[in-house]
Amino acid sequence: MKLHEYQSKNIFAEFGVPIPKGKVAATPDEAKAIAADLGGRVVVKSQVLVGGRGKAGGIKLAKSPEEAQKAADEILKLMIKGLPVRKVLIDEAAEISSEIYLGITNDRAARKPVFMASAAGGVDIEEVAATTPEKIIKIRIDPLLGLQDYQILDMAVGIELHRDLWPAFNKIAHGLWKAYQNMDATLAEINPLVITGEGELLAVDGKMVIDDNALFRHPELRENRDLDVEAESETEAEKHGLTYIKLDGEIGCMVNGAGLAMATMDIINYFGGEPANFLDIGGGADEEKVSAALRIILKDPNVKAVLFNVFGGITRGDLVARGILAAMKEVKPEVPMVIRLVGTNAEEGRALLADADMITAETLAEAAEKAVIAAKGEL
Amino acid sequence: MSILVNKDTKLVVQGITGREGLFHSEQMLEYGTQVVAGTRPGKGGEWVLEGKVPVFDSVSIAVNATGANTSIIFVPARFAPDAILEAADAGVKLVVCLTEHVPVQDMMRVRTYLDHKDVRLVGPNCPGLLTPGEAKVGIIPGNIAIPGNVGVVSRSGTLTYEVLYALKQKGKGASTCVGIGGDPVNGTNFIDVLKMFEEDPQTDMVVMIGEIGGTDEEKAAAYIRQNMTKPVYGFIAGKTAPPGKRMGHAGAIVEGGEGTAEDKVKALEDAGVKVANHPEEIAEMIAG
Repeated sequence: MKLHEYQSKNIFAEFGVPIPKGKVAATPDEAKAIAADLGGRVVVKSQVLVGGRGKAGGIKLAKSPEEAQKAADEILKLMIKGLPVRKVLIDEAAEISSEIYLGITNDRAARKPVFMASAAGGVDIEEVAATTPEKIIKIRIDPLLGLQDYQILDMAVGIELHRDLWPAFNKIAHGLWKAYQNMDATLAEINPLVITGEGELLAVDGKMVIDDNALFRHPELRENRDLDVEAESETEAEKHGLTYIKLDGEIGCMVNGAGLAMATMDIINYFGGEPANFLDIGGGADEEKVSAALRIILKDPNVKAVLFNVFGGITRGDLVARGILAAMKEVKPEVPMVIRLVGTNAEEGRALLADADMITAETLAEAAEKAVIAAKGEL
Repeated sequence: MSILVNKDTKLVVQGITGREGLFHSEQMLEYGTQVVAGTRPGKGGEWVLEGKVPVFDSVSIAVNATGANTSIIFVPARFAPDAILEAADAGVKLVVCLTEHVPVQDMMRVRTYLDHKDVRLVGPNCPGLLTPGEAKVGIIPGNIAIPGNVGVVSRSGTLTYEVLYALKQKGKGASTCVGIGGDPVNGTNFIDVLKMFEEDPQTDMVVMIGEIGGTDEEKAAAYIRQNMTKPVYGFIAGKTAPPGKRMGHAGAIVEGGEGTAEDKVKALEDAGVKVANHPEEIAEMIAG
């Protein structure tokens, strides 16, 4: 789960990282009042969970409360990469003398967190990594020992940070590490960490991504999550314990198991169709889940056919069949449906579906071919 | 012969009194696996499954009482890291964790700790292992595979069943099937299992089922090129998955251009692996 800039920076501040004075506003009037409180120049920053806010006109400098009000008014009307701007952050503007990148993420291959620092801050770090990887210092951290002072020193020296700033940098690095650990982040990033005109370090922008699997430890974050980044159908699916991802094709799929769901999408593509979604009904799916899944698939107007591929293990074929029948009664699908049931109680399931108007298949390949033909209206 | 689990496996089931734990313990017993103990703190002294399996308060008590050498974990995600460490410290040699949704930072700590111990973890977020005709340690349906000479290793569950079933339809059996799991940080990777299959006299060829995300398949490809004398057949799921989206499994995500199906297929083909277009095709390739 991605956190907004203001949420990330507030968390960093809790762990001792200096951030600009600022506050979030949902209206231009609030923005004006905050700017007046802060006094002087402020930055008005859209809070949306996508990159490229600056280029999209979502970040503006304001020299007075009135200018801040006007900027907020403009920004709050924006859609940035398809997402509405619902909040703006009003931050005291900082004098920037140079910009540093500082971030922690999980190094999957090393199975350890990796701390990254670069003197080339303020730009997209993936771009720096692609064009000038030597400009990024990477330090892998033992997850049992945690971040060590000498590692921070190595980074400070590596990015040629002025010695006067080493103590402040040490405190910020430890703060970022604690924020990453305590919040179960998969990414904790300060970009840029600014060296101000007064020669101080300040985290001007921040980003955090929290491990979805650890949200049970952070219920407050889960409750306050921004639903704009999720398709409505994906949020609905999650409520039913389903994993659904909307795609652009014409063949809806319902599958048990994530790997098999991907393989089913791929085989549709292999036979010349395009999948309309990824949908994993999970292990041990029952009538209720299957029924909810079919409703979600059929809500997508692009769907011209539905392919059910269920390999019963923990999941029982008869329960899946009952779910399909219940859902069909309710939503009365008008598109052809192809079903392949194998494994536990598959025969019982097939018998239940014998009278339903469905196309059956023995193998996955046969099912996919039939679904592709059916979607063209040729079956 | 086979790898990791066989008729000498003596299994302790962590979380045996839960719904899943109990159901699958019964299935494993029926298959012929020696399920010698179960654990559930506070329920030590009880018996489950019609008095066939004793319950202990902890894994170490269970190991001391029964000589269990392998553990399987059916506990919820928030308790799974502790359960893995408990099993490792109790002295079993193999820990199989089925639990899905374990936080990744927990797994990094657990894995780092295990690296200093003489214990192998398979999983988490995996279907376990099956040595057809000998032992089932996990939830792979026993009736979809027959004994044979094909070693199977996979990041996925039901997709693996699909392949085992297709092999069986063609009269081909498996030596051992190992589900290594769909999480980004796990205990056993492709290379670990490929190495064991290469050394296992019963295994004559290997099927490797990967998916998008990470670079484990690419590393396995490099290993295969240099070290494997037995033929390897492959399949990679997720060619049509959009980048930046987590496809059900925590580890199945293309990030920053890394982990695409295209790269993995190419790496495997360059290493001489025959990569199938869809899962059933693997069985066709092997059966000829």
